[in-house]
Amino acid sequence: MSTLSLTSAFTLLLKRDLVLAYRRRAEMVNPMLFFVLVTAMFPLGIGNDPKLIEAVGPGVVWVAALLAALLSLDSMFRSDFDDGSLEQFMLSAHPVSILVLAKVLAHWLVTGLPLFVVAPLLAVLLNVPSSAIPTLMLTLVLGTPVLSLIGSVGVALTVGLRRGGVILSLLVLPLYVPVLIFATDAVKTAIVGIPTTAQLSILSAMLVGSLVLAPMATAASLRISLS
Amino acid sequence: MIVRFFHQMGSPRYFYGVAGKMIPWFMVGFLVTLLLGIYYGLFVAPADYQQGESYRIMYIHVPAAWMSMFIYVVMAVSGLISLVWRIKMTEVMVISSATVGASFTFLALATGSLWGKPMWGTWWVWDARLTAELLLLFLYLGIIALHSAIEDKRVAARAVSILALVGVVNIPIIHYSVEWWNTLHQPASVTKLGKPSMDMSMLAPLLIMAISFKLYYGAVVLMRARAEIVERERNSRWVMEMVEQEAK
Repeated sequence: MSTLSLTSAFTLLLKRDLVLAYRRRAEMVNPMLFFVLVTAMFPLGIGNDPKLIEAVGPGVVWVAALLAALLSLDSMFRSDFDDGSLEQFMLSAHPVSILVLAKVLAHWLVTGLPLFVVAPLLAVLLNVPSSAIPTLMLTLVLGTPVLSLIGSVGVALTVGLRRGGVILSLLVLPLYVPVLIFATDAVKTAIVGIPTTAQLSILSAMLVGSLVLAPMATAASLRISLS
Repeated sequence: MIVRFFHQMGSPRYFYGVAGKMIPWFMVGFLVTLLLGIYYGLFVAPADYQQGESYRIMYIHVPAAWMSMFIYVVMAVSGLISLVWRIKMTEVMVISSATVGASFTFLALATGSLWGKPMWGTWWVWDARLTAELLLLFLYLGIIALHSAIEDKRVAARAVSILALVGVVNIPIIHYSVEWWNTLHQPASVTKLGKPSMDMSMLAPLLIMAISFKLYYGAVVLMRARAEIVERERNSRWVMEMVEQEAK
């Protein structure tokens, strides 16, 4: 039996997940559509006063992104759990946390990046000043991977449950709050025209921290869920 | 000696017995300190020069808020222990603590908003400390929900332990929120090491209340742990024998 190096295992898994996602293109579009729809609900709900919309704009974009990320989380390990390939990953000779990282990365590329593409459009719709849009994009680039990483722990804990969806949101949303706070604060600061280095540094720190710690917690949770 | 003690405490049966003997002591201690604390807090301590009589809710609010964080840390530490060493009793402690912790968090939030109305003129503000405490409540509720969703209780306890450990990042945020962000909530006046900015006559009842709440937690968590042990070990012989003896 030939042995597979860790790097090639990582890239193989990443490729496999991306191919699987590409074969079901319609599913890739759904989180994006959801993101747009939720954002469109806000002006309808709170009234179309441009000043009001401008004030809540960054927050609305981020809350919608957060909900879209949350909704797409469940698919992260679901099909692998159902067809048993998750158990094969557990049995492989490679550290599960690295394999988890490949899956999370694939998931983020499929569900997180599309949000990033439509975000500037939504920002314009919500009267976010164009000077703040680069900051908004930057917070999304730094923030949405954190959402996927933290979310992976929650998914791993609930993947074995029949009705894990509601519990998943209950577990994950409180942990999302710090990201939400610093990201929207950065955008609001950028609108006023003050440097946002502090908030962006904290977001980067969260990204690095969760990149290191979350896969380990996810791997441990998966072991528990499969036991 | 110590190793033997921990070894024995790891056995559900031994733990059950020891916990049963400890509960009355905790209860007595709790009641005595509670009466002392309430008496000194409500009748002996002077009124605040700025907040008048209404500051006295502090004697419930502050210990409850301390407990909400303390219990979470206890839970996370026992979670870590149960994940690493697979000790059954720490698993039991994790889930027994969660409900008590959630109640204390709710109590801290409720008394806080009652205190906020006369002082700040509003029940609730979205300032850093209040939001962080609310998040702590949600973390507790998530832990309870996850535990009740998983059928196998040993698996549930380990899943909950991981969640508790992930959520522990929130604790320093709550603790330092009033120092990091300048908000409506007043900064801590007790935990300044060396020189608390509070007079002894006001501080003493607060500390007595804090001890009282800890003893209450000790008593209740042991009661819950005992109930959990009986439920988990219901098929073992000692539980069956015990139940038979009770029935006689």
